[in-house]
Amino acid sequence: MEEFIKVNDVFYQYESFDEETDAGYALCGVNMTIGRGEFVAIVGHNGSGKSTLAKHFNSIYLPSAGEIFVDGMDTADDDCLFDIRKKVGLVLQNPDNQIVAGIVEEDVAFGCENLGVPPKEIRQRVDEALRAVDMYDYRRHSPDKLSGGQKQRVAIAGIIAMEPECIVLDEPTAMLDPKGRDEVIDTITRLNRERGITIILITHYMEEAVLADRVIVMDSGKVLTEGMPPEVFSQVELLKRHRLDVPQATELNHKLRSCGYELPECVLNAEDCAQALYELIKGMSL
Amino acid sequence: MGRNITLGQYMPGRSVIHRLDARSKILLLIAYMVFIFMAQNFYALFLMTLASLLVVLATRISLNMYLKSLRVILVVVLITALFNLFYGNGKVLFEWWIFKITEGGLNNAVFVAVRIAALVLISSVLTYTTSPSDLTDALERLLKPLTLFKVKVHELAMMMTIALRFIPVLLEETDKIMNAQKARGADMESGNVFKRVKALIPVLIPLFVSSFRRANDLAMAMECRCYNGGKGRTRMKVLRFTRTDLFGLIVSLVIFAGVILCNMYLPQLVR
Amino acid sequence: MSVIKAEGIKLVYGAGTSFEKTALDDVSFEIEKGEFIGIIGHTGSGKSTLVQLLNGLLKPTAGRIFLNGKDIWQEPKKIREVRFKVGIVFQYPEYQLFEETVYKDIAFGPKNMGLSEEEIDEKVRAAAAFTGVREEWLQKSPFDLSGGEKRRAAIAGVIAMDPDVLILDEPTAGLDPLGRDALLAQIQNYHAVRKNTVLLVSHSMEDIARIADRILVMNHGKKAMLDTAANVFSRGRELEELGLRVPQITKIMMLLKEKGISVNENILTTEQAFNEIINYLGGSSRI
Repeated sequence: MEEFIKVNDVFYQYESFDEETDAGYALCGVNMTIGRGEFVAIVGHNGSGKSTLAKHFNSIYLPSAGEIFVDGMDTADDDCLFDIRKKVGLVLQNPDNQIVAGIVEEDVAFGCENLGVPPKEIRQRVDEALRAVDMYDYRRHSPDKLSGGQKQRVAIAGIIAMEPECIVLDEPTAMLDPKGRDEVIDTITRLNRERGITIILITHYMEEAVLADRVIVMDSGKVLTEGMPPEVFSQVELLKRHRLDVPQATELNHKLRSCGYELPECVLNAEDCAQALYELIKGMSL
Repeated sequence: MGRNITLGQYMPGRSVIHRLDARSKILLLIAYMVFIFMAQNFYALFLMTLASLLVVLATRISLNMYLKSLRVILVVVLITALFNLFYGNGKVLFEWWIFKITEGGLNNAVFVAVRIAALVLISSVLTYTTSPSDLTDALERLLKPLTLFKVKVHELAMMMTIALRFIPVLLEETDKIMNAQKARGADMESGNVFKRVKALIPVLIPLFVSSFRRANDLAMAMECRCYNGGKGRTRMKVLRFTRTDLFGLIVSLVIFAGVILCNMYLPQLVR
Repeated sequence: MSVIKAEGIKLVYGAGTSFEKTALDDVSFEIEKGEFIGIIGHTGSGKSTLVQLLNGLLKPTAGRIFLNGKDIWQEPKKIREVRFKVGIVFQYPEYQLFEETVYKDIAFGPKNMGLSEEEIDEKVRAAAAFTGVREEWLQKSPFDLSGGEKRRAAIAGVIAMDPDVLILDEPTAGLDPLGRDALLAQIQNYHAVRKNTVLLVSHSMEDIARIADRILVMNHGKKAMLDTAANVFSRGRELEELGLRVPQITKIMMLLKEKGISVNENILTTEQAFNEIINYLGGSSRI
């Protein structure tokens, strides 16, 4: 896979860090590569540095040391600022606080307007973006009448209208109910599959992380482990030690497997788990 | 409850009035205000009132909505009318103790009441048929010449947009915080003014804190979407004067001319 | 005698206007003292409205609510007394912190109750201990705490009123797994020690399944079910129709049963499932 984002030994120190505690560094030596068109989930507990890292991908924060390249452009290079932000959009956690305009379609247009796109083209892009997140019917609505999941999809549409290559989502589902969470996750997986948009999903919901091509686990400002979901989630003890959850299916499978039963190395959802148990039981009763 | 307040009271629709360019509507509203104050007699006033009623009908918005906005200012109208009732010249119609109602006073009272009502109606038409964003947009464009005098027109318009967007959000939040403090026994309904103001502190402080947090988030979200002030910015909606606007302008001019004619050729009012 | 009894409560917002909306319709139930009740339902099912009715923040359009056998609206002037007895922790309670110090903020409720300094001090310290608010945080400004610490301080502010019934509306929203587990454990501990009634509103079926005695399921402003956790989650299909799920672990057992394996499907936690499978496979583990 072609390399799209490269993170080179990045450190980040908050300006207002507390001198009494020496936890001044939110990131201490992060290295990672994100491929073009990849769907990566970055997980970790609160304070692991995952949200700080998210804000580095489009130059909202700049590394205190180390460097980040987006499609070959250094995020610290002022001349590239708008090019980088055009390529990498960021969706934040609180859906209310990132919608600027009082009407859905005007909010979606906001980014394009800033980029100086001609009016006719903005119209097309906005309609298209709203269709992509399935919010076209709500284009004339006021955002405060929408549900959390709908607002978050409007925020995503606002990024899509700018035609980015990559969307970074910083805990986009943390404030949503299960239905809203499903809506948002469905939308981003679809954008990744159908349009090849690179997705970086920051989350602490493991059920969401299992959907990614690759999972990166962060802890104390560093990358703890990474790999395809089954590789990562098979390390149940490691994850638990670092205050992370595993899906109940994965945990049950792991517990039984460590008792010596012949089960797959890792299962990620209820269906696979039930199937594996079924095969185990059938196999043993023969 | 805050949740039911819709700011700007915009009612979407497809009537002629809805389709007018927001800039035309603002300019015609200003012209209307000037002319209704120029009306010198009941004929001119009648013409202007009739015009406002016709415009109201043309919006195809339920008359109840207009009655609602009239009800809000009813007290103001009555008080102003009452004051005017006792000032004026001409024939004395009624006298009791120190109160004296004259023909001029009666005329003044009716005149003022009708004038305020017509103004409220026509202003409601603007807010009912124009979305807040169209309004700010139109204002930004109408005030554009002021940039020559270093007035930050774009920034002002952006502030207005954001304010309109966040007022409902903050109202809802106020509601939530108030409930939370009431659940801890905060007493906001009794006591004197001083006590009540003090009782608001547990609501206002969290509200300020959260507003700062929101502002911070919003600034970041705007940066992410390449916001860089008004420079080089385009707009999705192109405001364009159309035939509808021309039609509106002509009708208005006819009415305004009518007012001038009424003033010139029909008898002045006794005041 | 039940601690809370709702009798045909109904709530209509904006009655007579074009915004008229029935948020709750003919809801009746009884909750016994000392029960741990989970409340589930999709957004807009009436959960939040119900919760606010129970402590008199909202007044029902019809029906009555009894607290310890007494109609809470019998003396509308004394509704504040009801609010002290039925404490609510709203969603994201950290946004309600306002005092100069954490101590003063926790003391806000007890102070409104008109308690003496000593009583207040005792309640504040007890509440702080229950939610894991450390001694050294008490004199700090609440705005200097981290997100999770603020949450604890805010919850302590409600517990400090020592309510007969404690209602928590999604207390773990936005917390990471560790913070969530710690907070739930503290709530369970509080319930065990104080032996009073706790109502927990949550979207996490896994959490509800683990700690609730009984579950109240709300749907479109009506009571859909009120039963033990095992009974509620054994009606998985019905829950799905209401836009709700069962815990993943219950789902696994249901799927196994559908495949013709006769396991017990009334399983609510991973431990129970583990034991059930081991039992089914004939006893002890193989190591």
